[in-house]
Amino acid sequence: MTSGLWELVLKGVWVTVQLLVCSALLGAAVSFVVGVARTHRLWIVRFLAGVYTEVFRGTSALVMIFWVYFVLPVAFGWQLVPLWAGTLALGLTYGAYGSEIVRGALNAVDPAQKEGGIALSFTPWQRLRLILLPQAVPEMIPPFSNLLVELLKGTALVSIMGMGDLAFSGNLVRLALQESAEIYTIVLLIYFVIAFVLTRGMRGLEHKLKAGTGKPVGSTPDQELDRPQTTGVGGAVA
Amino acid sequence: MKWDWSAVSGFMPDLWAGLLVTLQILVLGSLISFALGLVWALLMRVPSRWVTWPVGAVTEFVRNTPLLVQLFFLFYVLPEWGVTFSALTTGVFAIGLHYSTYTMQVYRAGIEAVPVGQWEAATALNLPLRRTWIAVILPQAVRRVVPALGNYVISMLKDTPLVMAITVLEMLGRARLYSQEHFQFTEPLTVIGVAFIVISYLASLALRALERRLAH
Repeated sequence: MTSGLWELVLKGVWVTVQLLVCSALLGAAVSFVVGVARTHRLWIVRFLAGVYTEVFRGTSALVMIFWVYFVLPVAFGWQLVPLWAGTLALGLTYGAYGSEIVRGALNAVDPAQKEGGIALSFTPWQRLRLILLPQAVPEMIPPFSNLLVELLKGTALVSIMGMGDLAFSGNLVRLALQESAEIYTIVLLIYFVIAFVLTRGMRGLEHKLKAGTGKPVGSTPDQELDRPQTTGVGGAVA
Repeated sequence: MKWDWSAVSGFMPDLWAGLLVTLQILVLGSLISFALGLVWALLMRVPSRWVTWPVGAVTEFVRNTPLLVQLFFLFYVLPEWGVTFSALTTGVFAIGLHYSTYTMQVYRAGIEAVPVGQWEAATALNLPLRRTWIAVILPQAVRRVVPALGNYVISMLKDTPLVMAITVLEMLGRARLYSQEHFQFTEPLTVIGVAFIVISYLASLALRALERRLAH
């Protein structure tokens, strides 16, 4: 491979990383808002949040990307920059999966903790911020780590729409060299390295967050059975 | 926003044709992933690192890299090596292989969750290793993992549109073709979006019913 082609691959890596960071931030925001809304005391809020989750988890991320690219501009007159269109589609879809993680972790906090907060006459917001989240967030990290890797894999989908990410530059190099084994192996290896860095980072974060809660790091086989490692619908989330 | 019902009815025949291909990929892909996943899970229990290390590394690699690039790899590289399959076969195999690295973890957790007393009883009864697995461990392990496997089937459903990237005309591929021919993007894409939501919602309801039945 020539240096020009390597430059193309590096540009692809940069686009993939940008897309990953943007959609992870949007996805995290959606996860927490929708996940907390699903434990709200008003049924209508819970219901709307539940509809959101079912709709966005129910459809395929790729269909969502097509919809944002082709239907949004025609139907509503919004023409988005490719990076934002990809961010929107991926963030909303993976945010719906993340909201299940947030809801599951919030529900897994010992009810006595919440009652303690009520007895101390904390407001609902104080209870959430000072009691529930500090205990729930460390539990969310392992499933979020899996979801982040799924999101990384999901970013490759935007290449179908012609956005110049890593998978797309892989296709360009294949066309230029008329030879595919080498370039696809390189592309897969780069994705693997990014995923490895992400999982390691999340594991470090888990250790740091769990330091104050007095709970063991890692999970039992039983919890792993309950927790869909990928984008599953209708499964109990640990 | 303009909604044209005639475009919906015009797309319907294509939708059914695409749905058939989608379901075909889903069923065959599931079967491959169930079988291969069990093979990986059993290989990981072979007491030799010459087996577990390569199997662990390969499955970890497949699990952490995008299915789309794996599809490209199989679709473009295999012919270079002189192996040619149809696009559909390649897609089914890629999806089955990708998900087998997930089902493998499910099987592993299921096997580990079988109480150790069952192993000891099998030893006490002097059952050979083969029979211990087939008659004692696997029936209990597989029963526990059915709901988790079902979750992966639903995930797989939502990954089937990826095979359109290697020219297979499943639901999304049909919708794109129809859109480009008739220049109507809104209706076909919305229809298949709704179709995916309906199918995966029904599937998750069925799965929950199955889960309840298995619990008793």
